Amino acid sequence: MIAEALVVSAILFVIGVVGVLTRRNAIILFMCAELMLNAVNLSFVAFAKMHNVTGHVFVIMVMTIAAAEAAVGLAIIISIFRHFGTVDLSKLRTLRG
Amino acid sequence: MIAALLPLLILLPVLGFLVNGAIALTRSSSVGDAGTGTARHPLVTVVGPGVILASFALAVALFMRVRVGLPAPAIVSLGEWMPVGNLVVDWTLQLDQLSMLMVLVITGVGSLIHLFSIGYMRDDAGYARYFAYLNLFVAFMLVLVLGGSYPVMFVGWEGVGLASYLLIGFWFSDKANADAGKKAFVVNRVGDFGFLVAMFLMWTTTQKLDFVGAHTALAGLAGSGVVLAIALFLFVGCAGKSAQLPLYIWLPDAMAGPTPVSALIHAATMVTAGVYLVARAAPIFAGAPEASLVITAIGALTALFAATIALRQWDIKKVLAYSTVSQLGYMFVGVGAGAYTAGVFHLVTHAFFKALLFLGAGSVIHAMHHAYHQAHRHDDPQDLRNMGGLAKYMPATATAMTLATLAIAGVPPLAGFFSKDEILASVFSRAQGSPLASASLLGVPGSAVLYVVYGLGVVTALLTAIYMTRLLLLAFYGDNRTGEGAREALREAPAIMTVPVLLLGVLTVAGGWLNLPALIPIGPVGLLEHWLEPVTGASAKLLAGAGHLDHTTELILVSVATGVALVGMAIAFVAYRKPIADKANSPEDSGLLARAYGVDALVDAVIVRPVQALASVVLARGVDRGVDRGFSAGGSLLTRTAALMGARLQDGDIGKYAWMLAAGALALIAALTLS
Repeated sequence: MIAEALVVSAILFVIGVVGVLTRRNAIILFMCAELMLNAVNLSFVAFAKMHNVTGHVFVIMVMTIAAAEAAVGLAIIISIFRHFGTVDLSKLRTLRG
Repeated sequence: MIAALLPLLILLPVLGFLVNGAIALTRSSSVGDAGTGTARHPLVTVVGPGVILASFALAVALFMRVRVGLPAPAIVSLGEWMPVGNLVVDWTLQLDQLSMLMVLVITGVGSLIHLFSIGYMRDDAGYARYFAYLNLFVAFMLVLVLGGSYPVMFVGWEGVGLASYLLIGFWFSDKANADAGKKAFVVNRVGDFGFLVAMFLMWTTTQKLDFVGAHTALAGLAGSGVVLAIALFLFVGCAGKSAQLPLYIWLPDAMAGPTPVSALIHAATMVTAGVYLVARAAPIFAGAPEASLVITAIGALTALFAATIALRQWDIKKVLAYSTVSQLGYMFVGVGAGAYTAGVFHLVTHAFFKALLFLGAGSVIHAMHHAYHQAHRHDDPQDLRNMGGLAKYMPATATAMTLATLAIAGVPPLAGFFSKDEILASVFSRAQGSPLASASLLGVPGSAVLYVVYGLGVVTALLTAIYMTRLLLLAFYGDNRTGEGAREALREAPAIMTVPVLLLGVLTVAGGWLNLPALIPIGPVGLLEHWLEPVTGASAKLLAGAGHLDHTTELILVSVATGVALVGMAIAFVAYRKPIADKANSPEDSGLLARAYGVDALVDAVIVRPVQALASVVLARGVDRGVDRGFSAGGSLLTRTAALMGARLQDGDIGKYAWMLAAGALALIAALTLS
């Protein structure tokens, strides 16, 4: 039971990573990041069932912070779009050495 | 009592150095007002000569104690200096008859010269600094003669070199003076290398560096190659410090310092340190007759060489400087021939009359300088051609100088006659039947070497009489050539300067009584011989062997010495009978002797200029600038390249950052799981 949950979690995490690495749209990147967070949440829950309740506490915390982060992140994306007229990150290269 | 007084003897001049040095430092802001006399601090006048007089008083107290009897040297240990493995060097002082004699000469003559300096340096802006250095010199000189082991002696040896350097370059704002100081220091380093190698050899051979221990151990190895090597390397040190061929070149230049400095350091005490060292290490030299032959031969050659140069110098101090080199050669002839008493005797009498000659010359230069200053002329106050007839203006100085000239020329019964005669007689007596005579030097039998040395000594005595009489005649007698306007301003020096000179005059006359020969028993015979017997007696006997002189030979030798002195003086009288022109009206003297055989030019061409070229071309332009480019320019290039590469990574592409992050995380996980 736990093995299946961990495999699903790993698959979800890798999908998130690949999405972050390959896609350039800020919103998709954001969604992929959420996907990774939730993959981790899944494994926390699985381990919590196996050991003790501490894992649940972390999941609640991650969800809270992810919600706050979504609010801040989406706000930033909206202002980026207002400023540059695009959310394609490969076009936003003003910060370079 | 000895244990308590010995350190005090050295600490007094150190105290003087600290006090005067502190005054010099706090008053250095007023250096600009030279000539006004405001630089003179009354405390300096009291402390500077005061500590040396106090040291002299202590030395006399010690002498009273030693006189009662001191069968073995008194050794005082002041604590550990260098405990390194099985090499343990202590701060030890050693008082025996030889160091007692040296201490008396150093503090006695030193006191007179310090007193003279009050007058000589009175208007100098560096008055306090001068006495600080002079006190420092006496302190180190006392360490040199009181040190109980070779390393402690070496501390004094280097210390007097430092003080000499500081005082030669005392008026350092003139580059020539600073260069003269540097030259003295560098040439002395060449000699110090010999001293150091001798100490290394001594340590590796005997594991001992203190006088008593090392001498006992080396006496057991007498005649071996290592003792010969130690003796020769020690003599390299002596040749540097005591200005013998070929390391004498620094001494004539050292005259750039104030004249009392020349009297104290470059005539009476420091330059005789080499003679002291040979007498101190007598047990070593007695075990290496070949080395002793080398010393006596080099001494004789130096004596003759320097005396010829002194014949044609016009600077009054240069004449005296070459004369000092020549007389030091005499001393080495004595100690080299194993006549340690004779060498040390000449050291003492020479300290008296040469200090007098230098102080007298100082009075003359002082008077000439003031006369030219008042007449607003810029002539050379040290040139003999500008003097003449000074006896009329400076009677006391002239009297004392005449006495000293007679003494150095070897006219009986003045001090120089006895000491010089004893050296020559000792050389002559050792030419037959002594270990020196049976040893050989580069295939030449020792007895032939000694006869040649005797001959050179006699010729040198003749030359000495000539050049000293020449100096006396040119400076003090005949017509005055100082020039109108300046002549009227010539004055005898103040009492603070003439009294020390006259006291030295008394010593110059009476000094011979220290060690009268049995042949001329006008007083107690052989006092010094008897006094030094516990220190050098055994070594002297070893080298003298069966050599001795019968009464007739001795009488002939004395007559030869006296005759030579009188003939020399007569030659000078004849040669300098006619009036000469003053410096401005004389052609430039470019004779071989006036240029001192061109040795300085030769050294300049062969050593100084190649070294400077090496420094400026290879080292400065090559190595220095190479390092400059390689390290600073190269370093900045490296940083800039790294920075550029780093900047390339940071190109604003978030995708690339994400890849790097992922790759880094993967690498980290891989490292953690795989290890």
